Amino acid sequence: MATKKKTDWSKDVFKVLKKADVQQIAYVPDAGHTSLIKMAIADNAIKPVSLTSEQEGVAVLAGAWLGGEAGALLMQSSGVGNVINMLGMANECRFPLLMLVTMRGEWGEFNPWQVPMGQATESVLEASGVIVHRVDEPSEIAETVEAAAKLAFEGGRMVAVLIGQRVVGFKDWTK
Amino acid sequence: MVSKKSKSWHWSQDVHQLFKKIGIKQIAYVPDGGLARLIERVQADKSMRSVVLTTEEEGVAQMAGAWLGGQRGVLLTQSGGVGNCINMLSMMQECRIPLLSLVSMRGEWGEQYPWQVPMGQSTIPALEAAKVIVHHVDQAEKVPETVEAAAKLAFDANRAVAVVLSQRIAGSGGQG
Amino acid sequence: MAVKSKTPYTLQRRKVVQRILEDRGDAAVVTGIGNAVHDVASANDDPKNMYLAGIMGGAAMVAFGVALAQPKRRILVITGDGELLAGIGSLATIGVEQPKNLSIIVIDNQAYGATGNQHTHTGRGVDLVGIAAASGFKKTALITTEAELEAELPRIHNQPGPYFAVVKVVSKTSPRINAPKDGTYVSRRFRAAVTGESA
Repeated sequence: MATKKKTDWSKDVFKVLKKADVQQIAYVPDAGHTSLIKMAIADNAIKPVSLTSEQEGVAVLAGAWLGGEAGALLMQSSGVGNVINMLGMANECRFPLLMLVTMRGEWGEFNPWQVPMGQATESVLEASGVIVHRVDEPSEIAETVEAAAKLAFEGGRMVAVLIGQRVVGFKDWTK
Repeated sequence: MVSKKSKSWHWSQDVHQLFKKIGIKQIAYVPDGGLARLIERVQADKSMRSVVLTTEEEGVAQMAGAWLGGQRGVLLTQSGGVGNCINMLSMMQECRIPLLSLVSMRGEWGEQYPWQVPMGQSTIPALEAAKVIVHHVDQAEKVPETVEAAAKLAFDANRAVAVVLSQRIAGSGGQG
Repeated sequence: MAVKSKTPYTLQRRKVVQRILEDRGDAAVVTGIGNAVHDVASANDDPKNMYLAGIMGGAAMVAFGVALAQPKRRILVITGDGELLAGIGSLATIGVEQPKNLSIIVIDNQAYGATGNQHTHTGRGVDLVGIAAASGFKKTALITTEAELEAELPRIHNQPGPYFAVVKVVSKTSPRINAPKDGTYVSRRFRAAVTGESA
């Protein structure tokens, strides 16, 4: 059931990203984003960029906008802690930035190491001037991303959609 | 106490002596103008090892290793560098590893370079969101006592502590 | 891009790590996140193991800090390619600092094993051994066979470092075990074991 849900919202989110004319998708692989990443790779109109660290993605998407394209950054909540300084650039230059963040360290987390960053994710984004939309209902993810994309690309803002761990589920430490 | 200081006194003298007194053995830093005089002093001191980093998060990891190996260290960084450490700081919180950090501010008092402002203004909220205890100091003569208090909180009470040195102390110059 | 085709490599990560740890002596071990934790914990759950069970890109520099504090002891990093890439600047810092007692072993499955086996950059041509050599590591090695592993073992444990090796392994993820994941516990256990003091 969880798998079906995951695929469903990912499909709708992908449609929203296509509609927003997103052409670059930068990501650090994460289980919660698996379906979305697969769709991005399979789509010839989208350039998928796999990163070693999330801050590269903020820079790539600054370049995308400078070059006339829209992009989205996909990452896990821990990755948010790697982008804070680079966000200073997007803030200073008023670059649009759309980030989809799958949460860890909250609902049913099995790995204690994820908890500090998961609990700090929303507040450090806000400290960096990022507008945060949080969503915990699978049925509301696509419309939230759609609104966030408008705010980012038309409103010229940095926007992060935080997708609750309740949605993406949790695995077992021993699996 | 201030009156005892000669005109040539600089806070970095006392902070360097404090580092020696409390047994600091590892200093990790990304070079920064506001901390340049302290960096010169510790570099010249054979009793401590100075390590230049490519990015500040390496320094947080190194400080974890220093403590795991039985030594004390200090991380020196500019406020921009704080934004490079947030995820790595979660390790200090999760493992309750002490961290003493001196952060020299940009993007606040009299800043002339706009690109420094966003991160400068986010520095303290981001540190606090990462559960680092922040001591902000904006007078040079109060720096040594603040670092001393922060060191106790870090190494004796096992906490992550940042002494944030206002741009008012270092001056608002600099281009980068 | 998930790793689908069979890689040309045959070494099994679990066996490789077990073989390296058989000869560890009094070395301390710092692991990266993910499979490396389970590889090391299943082979040899020693108090002198620090499992960085939840942070990307920090293993090399944590080990470097330990190496400075414990200059008479060998410090081994056992980590994955994705974890090392997330803190790739560490190789430049360690290359400059030249810690003699530090060995970094990358168990390279060319993939992010914990998130669905997507390619890392090493699966797409990035040469970590080359980066380490160019950064000033004293000795580097690429290990793809058991014979090469056996030949490198003395250098992994004794060569004046910094030493760096990539061990290419099959991309199949090994079964996970209930490895210690409480950071306060493993860190204090480690510190007491390597310093002889209570934390």
